[in-house]
Amino acid sequence: MIKSELVAKLAQANPHLFQRDVERIVATVFDEISAALARGDRVELRGFGAFSVKSRPARTGRNPRTGQPVHVDEKFVPFFKTGKELRERLNDGDGGSDDDDN
Amino acid sequence: MTRTVTRAQLSESVYQEVGLSRNESADLVESVLQEVSDCLARGETVKLSSFGSFSVRQKGGRMGRNPKTGEEVPIKPRRVLVFRPSHVLKERINKAMSAMRAQAGEAAD
Repeated sequence: MIKSELVAKLAQANPHLFQRDVERIVATVFDEISAALARGDRVELRGFGAFSVKSRPARTGRNPRTGQPVHVDEKFVPFFKTGKELRERLNDGDGGSDDDDN
Repeated sequence: MTRTVTRAQLSESVYQEVGLSRNESADLVESVLQEVSDCLARGETVKLSSFGSFSVRQKGGRMGRNPKTGEEVPIKPRRVLVFRPSHVLKERINKAMSAMRAQAGEAAD
């Protein structure tokens, strides 16, 4: 499913809304998540999952072709951890290890 | 400081942006998450341009070990969810976070 298909589904389920409003709703949800991550915040959506930002420390890498050492700056990567409920749904109610949710 | 954003803030943003009632905004945020979850539960991939994609991966069974007791426990085959952030999202986060770090560094000097 891609974004436009998601919008189409939601529009179908909410016939009282304009399609452009549904587009803005979907855009707002994912843009707010992105904005939160850009601030370094966590986004916790119980039952769905949690987004967070992890930092990868600066390191000295190597150019694989020449073997020359190169400095790699610290970088930040978004990380998603599946929520308990969704994890269980993926496995027909058996989510495996029952560790901390989100 | 790290804060945690929840459904409440997402609903508030939808309320401000789109101008539906607070209740309906909250319902729609829930519907968005529900649609994405339903799709993934069916094993389908969800691709959201400039955000990222969620896909379901099948993992084989293997022998695991309880790290505390050292006891061997079988891990059943299972399906796991993988999120791959888009380049746009990764760049946005890196730009903002690096700028924040630089500012914090200046303040410390």
